[in-house]
Amino acid sequence: MKNEKTALTLKHLVVKHGDGCELCNNDESVLERNRCPHCKTIWAARDVSLQVYQGEILGVVGESGSGKSTLMKSLYMDMEPTEGEYFLDCYEQGQKNIFELSMQQKKYVRNYLLGMVYQNPYLGLRMFFSSGANVAEKLIAAGNRNVANMMNQCNRLLSHMEVPVSRVKEPPRNFSGGMQQRVQIAKAIANHPPILFLDEVTTGLDLSVQAKVLDLVKKIQLEYGITMIVVSHDLAVIRMLADRTIVMLDGKIVEEGLTDQIMEDPQHIYTQTLVNSLL
Amino acid sequence: MAYVAVTGGREAVEKSIELLSKYRTGGESQVEIEAIQERMGLLIDRIMSEAGFYAPEYAALALKQSEGSLEEAVFLLRAYRSTLARSWYSKPISTEDMTIHRRISAAFKDIVGGQFLGATYDYTHRLLDFSIMDETQEDVKKIKEKWQSMQEEAEPIKVPRVSDVLREEGVISCGKKEEELEDITLDPITFPAPRSARLQTITRGETGYVNGLAYAGIRGFGQSHPTVGELRTGDVEIIIDYPMAEGEELYVGSIVCTEVESFFSEESQEESQEETNELKLGIGYGLVFGRNDNKAISMSILDYILCSEGDGILNNQEFVLLHGDCLEMSGFISHLKLPHYVTFQSKLDRVRSTAKKEEPEHE
Amino acid sequence: MNKEYNYGFLDEGSKKAIRRALLKAVSIPGYQVPFGSRELPIGRGWGTGGLQITLSILGDDDILKVIDQGSDDSVNAVSIRKFVTACTDVETTTDSEEATVIQSRHRIPETPLRNDQILVLQVPTPEPLRHVEPLESVTRKMHAEMDYSAVWLALYEDIVRVGEIEQGADYPVMVEDRYIMNPSPIPRFDNPKLHMSEALYLFGAGREKKIYAVPPYTKVESLGFEDFPFKIENMEGRKCHLCGAENVFMDEFFDAATGTKMYQCSDSGYCMKRRSEGMNHEE
Repeated sequence: MKNEKTALTLKHLVVKHGDGCELCNNDESVLERNRCPHCKTIWAARDVSLQVYQGEILGVVGESGSGKSTLMKSLYMDMEPTEGEYFLDCYEQGQKNIFELSMQQKKYVRNYLLGMVYQNPYLGLRMFFSSGANVAEKLIAAGNRNVANMMNQCNRLLSHMEVPVSRVKEPPRNFSGGMQQRVQIAKAIANHPPILFLDEVTTGLDLSVQAKVLDLVKKIQLEYGITMIVVSHDLAVIRMLADRTIVMLDGKIVEEGLTDQIMEDPQHIYTQTLVNSLL
Repeated sequence: MAYVAVTGGREAVEKSIELLSKYRTGGESQVEIEAIQERMGLLIDRIMSEAGFYAPEYAALALKQSEGSLEEAVFLLRAYRSTLARSWYSKPISTEDMTIHRRISAAFKDIVGGQFLGATYDYTHRLLDFSIMDETQEDVKKIKEKWQSMQEEAEPIKVPRVSDVLREEGVISCGKKEEELEDITLDPITFPAPRSARLQTITRGETGYVNGLAYAGIRGFGQSHPTVGELRTGDVEIIIDYPMAEGEELYVGSIVCTEVESFFSEESQEESQEETNELKLGIGYGLVFGRNDNKAISMSILDYILCSEGDGILNNQEFVLLHGDCLEMSGFISHLKLPHYVTFQSKLDRVRSTAKKEEPEHE
Repeated sequence: MNKEYNYGFLDEGSKKAIRRALLKAVSIPGYQVPFGSRELPIGRGWGTGGLQITLSILGDDDILKVIDQGSDDSVNAVSIRKFVTACTDVETTTDSEEATVIQSRHRIPETPLRNDQILVLQVPTPEPLRHVEPLESVTRKMHAEMDYSAVWLALYEDIVRVGEIEQGADYPVMVEDRYIMNPSPIPRFDNPKLHMSEALYLFGAGREKKIYAVPPYTKVESLGFEDFPFKIENMEGRKCHLCGAENVFMDEFFDAATGTKMYQCSDSGYCMKRRSEGMNHEE
């Protein structure tokens, strides 16, 4: 399933909220969890580096405040990082630091190379536009100007996501949470982006609905071979989807490895608690 | 052909304007500019405030010319104002040195310098006073004489600001000082707008709009309930740098204005070692031409809300600042009366085009 | 000319500031230049943007034509013409070929404009992104990044819902492949006249404090999809009941006496000229 070609490389990502002070800028041991007790600066990501290989699903697990959402927002460029380098092999042969691109270039990367499914569908969808138009937005952003062609693609994608074609004209605000997530997924993959990010996509959904959404994610991965990063606080989700997993705590990566390995033989005490609570 | 709306426009406009002069001069009575200026002071104040142009006599003329229409009068003053070259900027007016006509605080019973109720309708019973229906010159003269003798004895009142005392105590949170001041009458406002541009925009805002938004702000669509720390009305001096000699100043006149400082409690923005932040008092500021308590208070509320973070509708600068200019709002609403034949024809074309298409589907 | 006011009503400093904004607008076709819009004795929303441009560019040799809905005699056109003649010495005309400057609301004249002519259009809503994004601070950024998918999406959504693009007048155009622009509420019929035109088009929005321009020989394309292309209003089978013209933009009205639908040139100067040249409905 996995080949050894990299798809995405992140080096030394730092995101801090606040200016930092002499103490926390020089010695991170002063931090209480991820926050400096002196200047109240939050160190949301502290020197996070990772690589994702083509066609693989990387799981990111951690509790809230661990930095996993910050990581995701930085990768999708919803947030400006403080420091770091970010390379995509599908953009300029991985030679250009994505964080340093112009706004227009970043827009291109977002529209053509990346897909994002947010935990909150309100962030990813226009609730007052039809579901069809929501999916089409990605196609339009990527330069498609043929209505019939887009409508066909949208209908096909949505029915693939088990959204009935009869409801394509309806806006997502009429839909259940699970169905909204399925529209979001359809939108995110509309352009066949080589890389897809999923941020807590099943959080807040009923168990049966969760299972269905996860099945879909698996299906997409198999069919399109998209490289994915899946963020969740729920190890069960990660276990089901991810080939490899990183564990985050207080803005840092504390453990990484094959998902099976982490499940069988967790090294870090935090991971052990996580795994134990699952059993 | 009676239906042709495209000819005869010129004649129609001319006749319409002629007809206006008949409306303006209806009845037998004479309206003197002086009378409007002297007896309709609050209306004059309001017009000057919304026009951003302190000229009581011209405001009276504008009222006479427009049958008392407030928005027309503001319009006339503004249009006149934009023909005037800007010769000087005055030095900042000093409201500490205001000669007080009225000064109250809702925050303290006793304030340094004392409270002065001044002239206010606040405590009148709103009963129509039929006794002034046939007021004679003689009656008016009596009132005047009574006040004249008292005025001669009175010393001009100058008092420190209420907020100064609190500032010394350290409970007022100090905002940032803006060095560069915008002039919204010369350059368009841009967003995010600095406080100077916000205050200029609100003080020229339509009174009802400013009051209505502030009312919404304290009723639940803002986050805060103000205490009127101080409201003062009085004369302030306008002073410019004397253009002929460096270092000298020139007094060019005085104007009446109303100033309000409202207090709100807020979390301190200063860095603190403690787990919880201190509370401080934030100040909302209002200053308007003339006597207009409510507009000044409302301005202070909107100023405070716009200075604070939040995602309410009143925290949205563009919403608050772009929709309250008397000329802009009344101009755009009234333009809807202009013919829209072309755009309507175009709209109709769309409606017909979709109608044609849907019909066969229903069959 | 009324000597109580400056030539062109505005003081020279203000006129200069407006001309500077115009130069910038011409240099960046389709880009909205913010300017310090002054108050005029004409209502905000009644053409003060166009009027400020006109007043700032007029010189004694100019000949001015003012039209509203295509008509020289429409009430607001009369009012604006009267004001301009009161505060300048320019001559006025109703003949679009004679005019050097034409101020217009909602129409571009039928007779093609020449290289030595300027058309000033009055603009109510300069921002083509306003209906998809109410905040100016955001729309400015969208223009900077050419982030226009929301506009296209709105057109697409129309087609999904009603099978057609709903936009009537003020149909958005793409200028020189860079800026999406509102052409002011001219009918779609007039949009193609902006493309590679010989004349200079200036757009003024007084209330919204924006100026923009389409210089001569600029590429101006109305937005459209491959399979739902831009379409002008259907004027097929319509003939002016006065001059017999066809394939021009028509006003439609109902005869007061008989109730039958009739058509008449919207461009009244064009219609009058044709009639003075002897053309009528019968031919």
